[in-house]
Amino acid sequence: MVLLQLFWSFFQIGLFSIGGGYAAMPLIQNQVVDLHSWLTMTQFADIMTIAEMTPGPIAINSATFVGIQIAGIPGALVATMGCVFPSCIIVMTLAYVYYRFRGLSMVQGVLGGLRPAVIAMIASAGISLLLMALYGQKTWPADLSAVNYISVAIVVVGFFILRKWKISPIYVMAGAGVAGVILYSIF
Amino acid sequence: MKDKNKYLKLFTSTFQLSACTFGGGFVIIPLMRKKFVEDLGWIDEQEMMDLTAIAQSSPGAIAVNAAILVGYRVAGIPGALLTVAGSVLPPLIIISIISMFYQAFRDNPIVNMAMTGMLAGVAAVIMDVVVTMAKSIFKLKRILPVLVMLGAFIATYFFKVNIILIILVCGVVGAVDTLYQQKNRKELA
Repeated sequence: MVLLQLFWSFFQIGLFSIGGGYAAMPLIQNQVVDLHSWLTMTQFADIMTIAEMTPGPIAINSATFVGIQIAGIPGALVATMGCVFPSCIIVMTLAYVYYRFRGLSMVQGVLGGLRPAVIAMIASAGISLLLMALYGQKTWPADLSAVNYISVAIVVVGFFILRKWKISPIYVMAGAGVAGVILYSIF
Repeated sequence: MKDKNKYLKLFTSTFQLSACTFGGGFVIIPLMRKKFVEDLGWIDEQEMMDLTAIAQSSPGAIAVNAAILVGYRVAGIPGALLTVAGSVLPPLIIISIISMFYQAFRDNPIVNMAMTGMLAGVAAVIMDVVVTMAKSIFKLKRILPVLVMLGAFIATYFFKVNIILIILVCGVVGAVDTLYQQKNRKELA
């Protein structure tokens, strides 16, 4: 039963995460944390961190992680299959259409229309993660000054470096990890 | 024999690309282009650009979508299944191993410090992604996408409207907008 639920949840994540990469993040949070309580917000933040540090798409990484936590290796396989199943069907259909007719303007029009919404949803899930980093909880705290100053420093410096030098996020992540170990050992 | 080699090559190529690609979708496209267009010569340049557009506009992970397309193009549906397996297996294996040790891993104080630091790093990365993407919307210099972006943000963040519902509504808005623009262009012409 739980395998079926896993499959169905990740099927929906696979089907509705349009625009790649981070677009899956709000959907995963919605299904896995809010709807089914399979992961706590801390575990969700961990999996986003691990997904960022390991190769492979975020959605597949999360599917595997959640699947294993809930139902072991079969869970991981089922969740991953659920996640790629919609892609297989839709992408092959579009490929068929493309090779037949060489035109996708309507599809691209619809997806162009979706992009602003996807950005908004990534921003929304991003705020939850930012609050997790700064306050250790996903909602706004009553006392805004009870902030983790080390996290503030890492967020500000990391963001500045990314904007200024456009380097690969993996270096920022590695740097943030090292900075965490050093700063938390000292203070 | 030659066919067998082709299948094997498809699988190993996507497996290697997936195992070595950090940071998701957009990074893997140029690597795939190098492998399948330049090294193997299985796909031509223009076609690869079209396949990229399809991969980006379909639901799901871009890396997986691109792999499906390359497999389908080179060896039909069996090819697509092989490339999906090739691109999904590396993260599946890596994350399985990590999550088995997750509890022990998480309780280690040094790992804990690194994870807390990296969570702040993820927050910075996502802020950067959002700023870059939002800028591309403002650059369109059209009111509708900006309104959709603001509306979708208010709906998700403040009113907790179901995400799937928002995607469906915005998809319809996109479709109507495209039809309207196409009609306008025809009338002008």
